[in-house]
Amino acid sequence: MQAPQLPTSQVEQPKESRFSPYQNNGGTCLALAGADFCIIAADSRLSLGYSILSRNTPKVAQLTTKTCIASSGCNADMVTLQKYLKFKIQMYLHQHGKEMSTPAVAQMLATTLYHRRFFPYYTFNIVGGLDQNGEGCVFSYDAIGCFERLKYTVSGSGHALIEPFLDNLVAYKNTDNKPTIERSCDETLELVKDIFSSAGERDIYTGDFVDIYIIDKNGTRYEQFPLKKD
Amino acid sequence: MFRNQYDTDVTTWSPQGRIHQVEYAMEAVKQGSACVGVKSKTHAVLTALKRSTNDMSSYQKKIFKVDEHMGIAISGLTADARSLCMYMRTECLQHKYVYESPVPVQRLVIDIADKCQGCTQSASARPYGVGLLVAGMDQTGPHVYYNCPSGNYYEYKAMTIGARSQAAKTYLEKHFASFENLELKDLVKHALTALKETSQNGDINAKNASVAIVGIDHPFTTYDEENVQQFIDLLDKDEISEGATKTETDTAMQE
Amino acid sequence: MKTKPVAEPSTRTQQPIVTGTGVLGIKYNGGVMLACDTLGSYGSLARFRTVKRLEKVGDFTVVGASGDLSDFQKISSMLREMSTSDSAYDDGCNMTPRDIHQYLGRVMYNRRNKFDPLWNELVVAGFRDGKPFLGAVDLIGTMYEDDIIATSFGNYVCLPLMRKAGTNLSKEEAKQVMENCLRVLYYRNTKSSTKIQIATVSAEGVEIGEPFEISTYWGYSAFQHTEYHGKRL
Repeated sequence: MQAPQLPTSQVEQPKESRFSPYQNNGGTCLALAGADFCIIAADSRLSLGYSILSRNTPKVAQLTTKTCIASSGCNADMVTLQKYLKFKIQMYLHQHGKEMSTPAVAQMLATTLYHRRFFPYYTFNIVGGLDQNGEGCVFSYDAIGCFERLKYTVSGSGHALIEPFLDNLVAYKNTDNKPTIERSCDETLELVKDIFSSAGERDIYTGDFVDIYIIDKNGTRYEQFPLKKD
Repeated sequence: MFRNQYDTDVTTWSPQGRIHQVEYAMEAVKQGSACVGVKSKTHAVLTALKRSTNDMSSYQKKIFKVDEHMGIAISGLTADARSLCMYMRTECLQHKYVYESPVPVQRLVIDIADKCQGCTQSASARPYGVGLLVAGMDQTGPHVYYNCPSGNYYEYKAMTIGARSQAAKTYLEKHFASFENLELKDLVKHALTALKETSQNGDINAKNASVAIVGIDHPFTTYDEENVQQFIDLLDKDEISEGATKTETDTAMQE
Repeated sequence: MKTKPVAEPSTRTQQPIVTGTGVLGIKYNGGVMLACDTLGSYGSLARFRTVKRLEKVGDFTVVGASGDLSDFQKISSMLREMSTSDSAYDDGCNMTPRDIHQYLGRVMYNRRNKFDPLWNELVVAGFRDGKPFLGAVDLIGTMYEDDIIATSFGNYVCLPLMRKAGTNLSKEEAKQVMENCLRVLYYRNTKSSTKIQIATVSAEGVEIGEPFEISTYWGYSAFQHTEYHGKRL
C-alpha cells in the first residue's frame, strides 16, 4: 500500500534578517621584500557598499622600528586587532627590554587570529619588515591565522587584480625577460605606486591615497601617494 | 632589637594611634638607596643611586619605565617595586587601548596609592615595602609624585627618598625655587648634585648613577652606564662644586 | 494530546525600534558643527516630534546619534557618568574629543562582540587645543575621522552637498550649509522632519541650539504631479 502524499505548503518560507557583526570596508594591502628592504603599503579609502565613508583612514600601522602591518576587510576588526598587537608588543618590550623581531610579530599575529577561529577577525593582513638578519621579509595571512613567509604579497579588494602581475613582474613567472640585477628600493617604490594607480582604475574599493612605509636598515620612512578620488 | 607589643599585624592599633606594620614598611623605604625627582616647567627628571652587593654583582636597577610619558624611581624592596611597576604598565596600556591616549599621571598615582592603602587594613596583607618617585607628563605638564607604602601620595616640585636623602633634601630645599624656569641640562645637574649628597663617599659615576628624563616632546628615557656619562660630566665643572664641597666640609652643619 | 512548552531562543536587539535619521557634521573655520532633525520615528510612523539627538559631553565635545534612540539615551547616560567621574578627579586633565571617540568605538565593538549591539551611528564633534575634531562610530565599531561626516540617509543625500561646500566656511556659512542639507534631506527622506537642531563646538566651548523649524519650498517642477498613469493632469 502506498503512503498518502502529504500536502505541501504553499506558504512562503519566513525570511529572517538579523544583525550582522561584519562589514566589508574594502581596501588593498601590498608588501614587497627586497634583499635589505621592505615596502609595505595600503590605500586609505574606507568604503561601505557604494559609499565612501572616508578618504583618509590608514590601514597600515607601524608596530616596531622594523615591522609594519597592513590590514583590510572589516575596519572595526582591523582597529581592534592592531590595537591588540600594539598592546602585546609594548608588553614584550617592557618584559624583555628589546623589540620583537618581525618573524616573532608574524607568529604572534597568527596565534592572535587563530584565537578567534570561531568568531574571526574579518581582516586580511600582511606583515612586512626586516628579519633578524636584516633581510626584507613579508608574511601573508588568511583571516584565521594561516600564514607563510613570502617575497611579495597582496591582499584585500584588489588582490585578484594585482597578484598575477606581481607573479609576472616580481617573480618573473610566464616570461623570459628575467633581468640579471634585482630591483632596487627606489624602483620597487615606483612599482608600488604604479600598481596602486592601476588597481584604483579598476577596483572601486581602492583609491584616494596610498600610505607607503619603506623599511630598511636606517629605519622606517613614510610616504603618502595620491590616487584618483573617483 | 626594639620590639613593640602592637606590631604583629596591620589590623592592630597601638594605643598611640599608630599602625606599626605600616611604619616599618615606611622604614624600608629609608633603607633603600636614594633617588631624587625634580621638575621644571617643561621636564621632570629622576636620578637614582644604584647599589651592588659586591664586586662580582651588577648594580640593582632603580628606575623603571612605565610608559612613553611616565616612569618611576624606587627605594625599598625592589621586588615589590617590580610588581607595582607591572601593574602600572598594564594600567597604562589598558588606558591606551580604550582611549588611545596616555593616562593622566595623578590618576595612575591614585590607583597605586589605593592599592597600597588596601594593604594597610587587611590582616592577610603585607604593606608594600617600597616608595615610588613617579615622574610623568600629561595635559597639565610635568609632574613628580611620591607614593608611600602607607597609601599616601604627594605631589612635589622636588623630592628625594631613600638612605641619606636628608642631605639631598637640604640641597633641594635651598635650590628648588629656581627649578621652574631651568633648562633641561641645568635641571639634571641639580638632580645629580642632590643625589651626590646621598652618596657615602661623595662619588657618583656612570656605574652607580641612573638618570631619567620625561618632558615636552621628550618621551620617558632612562640613561645608564655610558649614556649617563654626559650628565655626570656636567658635575665636574666648577659651578656645581658648591654642593659637593659642602658635603666634604660642612656635612655636620647640614645634617 | 500533550504539548511541551518549548523555550524560544533568547534574542537581543534584532532591530532598532524608535529611530532617528541622519546626523551631519562639518568642520568650519574655527570650529565644528553638528546638525540633525528631532524626529523619532516608530517604523514609518512619525512618533516623537521633538527628541534631542545631540548630547554635550564634558566641556569640549558633542555627540550626535542616528539609529535607535533608546540605545542613544543609554549611551548618553554612560557618557554623563564618565564625564562626572572625569571632573571628580579634579586634576586639571579632561577627556579630549578623541578620547571620547575612541572610548565609544570600544563600547560599540564590545557590544557587537556579544551580538547585543547598541544600534546607532554616532558622530563625535569637538574642539580642543585649537584643533577641531570630527569622528564617527557605528554599531559594529567602525571608526573614522574626517572633515565631513553624514550618517544613514544623509550619507547619500547630504554628503555630496557638503563636499561641494567644502570646509573653508565661516560659522554662518556652515550653518546655511547644514540647514540646506537637512532641507534637501527632508524632501526625499520620509523619516526626517523640518524641526532641526544645530550644535557648534569652538574655542568658546559647546553651544547646542534649541530646535527650530526650517522652511520648505514645494514649487519645484520635479515635485509637481503632472502625469498620472500616462494622463496629463
